[in-house]
Amino acid sequence: MSAQAAPNELVVVRGPSALGGAGDVRRFFHLTWLLATTEFKLRFFGSALGYVWQLARPLMLFGVLYAVFTQIVKFGSEGVPHYPLYLLIGIVLFTSFGEATAGSVQAVVLRENLVRKIQFPRMVIPLAVVLTAGFNLMLNMVVVFVFVLASGIGPQWTWLEVPLILVPLVVFSTGVAMLLSALYVRYRDIGPIWDVLLQMLFYGTPIFYAVSNIPDNLRKIVLLNPLASIIEQMRHAIIGDGVPNAVDAVGSTARLLIPIAIVIVVVALGFWVFNREAPRVAEDL
Amino acid sequence: MTAEQVSKTFRLPHERTHTLKERVLHPRRRSGTEQFQALQDVSFEVASGEFFGIVGRNGSGKSTLLKCLAGIYGVDSGEIRVAGRLSPFIELGVGFNPDLTARENVVINAVMLGLSPVEARRRFDEVLAFAELEEFVDLKLKNYSSGMHVRLAFAVMVQVEAEVLLIDEVLAVGDLAFQQKCYDEFERMQAEGRTILFVTHAMSLVERFCHRAMLLERGKLVSVGEPHEVAQLYNEVNFGRGQKALAAAVGEGAPVEVADVWFEGADGGRTETMVQGADARLLVEIRANVDLDDPIVTLELKNEADIRMFSTNTSWLDRPIGRLRAGERARFSVNLSLSLAPGRYTPIATVQRQAGGTRETLDRTANFPALLIEGGERVGGGLVDLPHEVEFERLGAAQETTPR
Repeated sequence: MSAQAAPNELVVVRGPSALGGAGDVRRFFHLTWLLATTEFKLRFFGSALGYVWQLARPLMLFGVLYAVFTQIVKFGSEGVPHYPLYLLIGIVLFTSFGEATAGSVQAVVLRENLVRKIQFPRMVIPLAVVLTAGFNLMLNMVVVFVFVLASGIGPQWTWLEVPLILVPLVVFSTGVAMLLSALYVRYRDIGPIWDVLLQMLFYGTPIFYAVSNIPDNLRKIVLLNPLASIIEQMRHAIIGDGVPNAVDAVGSTARLLIPIAIVIVVVALGFWVFNREAPRVAEDL
Repeated sequence: MTAEQVSKTFRLPHERTHTLKERVLHPRRRSGTEQFQALQDVSFEVASGEFFGIVGRNGSGKSTLLKCLAGIYGVDSGEIRVAGRLSPFIELGVGFNPDLTARENVVINAVMLGLSPVEARRRFDEVLAFAELEEFVDLKLKNYSSGMHVRLAFAVMVQVEAEVLLIDEVLAVGDLAFQQKCYDEFERMQAEGRTILFVTHAMSLVERFCHRAMLLERGKLVSVGEPHEVAQLYNEVNFGRGQKALAAAVGEGAPVEVADVWFEGADGGRTETMVQGADARLLVEIRANVDLDDPIVTLELKNEADIRMFSTNTSWLDRPIGRLRAGERARFSVNLSLSLAPGRYTPIATVQRQAGGTRETLDRTANFPALLIEGGERVGGGLVDLPHEVEFERLGAAQETTPR
């Protein structure tokens, strides 16, 4: 609506949309950034221990899983070099995905007061959730590297891959976030459904068990999960040659195209659904 | 700004298929939806620099219209065109978060309303100065009173440089001094040539600020025109609640009219300001256009919260009024001492006729100047300062307690 029209030229008012008009690009970024930083700030300063809680969740999970799979059942961790790091990287990446997607489910509904009162590109809402999760991911990655250095692994050239590997994770999270936040407006049972799916994904992704310990016939299926490839590649980049990279884990470069295709399909589907729902979201709330 | 035949229909589902289970079990069953036409073929134009009021009863489509104009709702048919930058919001204080400080909230709100974060921070001091809340900058918003809240929100809005502003019912709160400041600001914006559309129920504001106004009723445009006429029509629709009253208000043929309502002080002079507790006289003058038997004239005073604080009528007279001849004028007066709390009181005069078991309203108006009651030397705390005397007696030391 802030199209740079010459004075006295009448411009048609369009209804709300997912992305807004061309003139809204700056506002789009400002709003996304603002919503994300505000949310982050509130969580950081909202409670007495603030950031400690953000960190505590993945670390507690790490502690529990580490104890269980190194002391009680050992099948998952057998023969895995640097198992603690292996586990921690998996948990941190998966937690970020979980935070972004679970947080986006109710995002549009919780922002009802904004959606019904001001005109702004609706896509800002799920993107802001993903961005907030991204901030947390950054901080958690710092912790990961502290652990890495503490366990005696020196800097490696492959560390430069780390930001690149985060890209597909963020993109995939965004796709799911768009899909969930748009669908939840109409179907409230997306909430519990996603809870369960996320739980299933957690066990279905090689987080606390090593790819090499999965039976061959299952491995091909498990590794079609984009999260599995992303996490595996991240471990390879950080820990080094002891861990196979995504291509080796999946079997061949060609097979890696399947998780990539899944990411692309999810993002396209999420975008399409969100775009379709965006104009009526304010009324359907 | 122009709107051409704008229509907006909401689907109101009887049973919303909110769950996937229902969707899966009954894929064919279309959930029964009721179409609710919030707006029907509304067309109007607002010239640049105009102050345009939108009035109407609750549910008449005012806010929906504003949301369509702002682009929050898409329209189903018709087209809205705007020249210049349109404010994207319709309410004050959107996005305020109670857990953040005023400083952070101002920035958030300003960005929501279309400023860049840098710009928002640059204007921060002006905003606070306008809101007169400098001392509370770092207070969390949840500790603000609702009045302070509105002041802050209004102050941000003033900073937003939209050429066309859309405002939905503001100024409901805030103390008198701040309200005055808002009015001044309105006048300034008016003088600056900004285009403002605002929705309100306060007819006094419509008459005071608007160049033109529009009345909506059940999603349809009833009238666009002079603020005074629209305000009058609004009052008729609102109080008459019937086509009869509406017709009577527009047509000439009202059998009787309230010609004047005013207040007189103890000295007998006409006034609009009085001190609490003063002796006053409330007067209503009516004019009969046809012969009329035993009309009943009622006078009410409503306070700012629209609560009826006082009501009396001619049925309390010792003897019946009898017949008023066509063209005859009559005066109804009430003598009382004003024991009401300081504030503004709107007089509402009604003329009715006994028709069978019920009373038929012939004319009703709230368009005469309000009475401002100011605090006297001794201000009573309540809505009404009931006539009373106070006493205080010392009863000596109580026996159980030891004297100090």
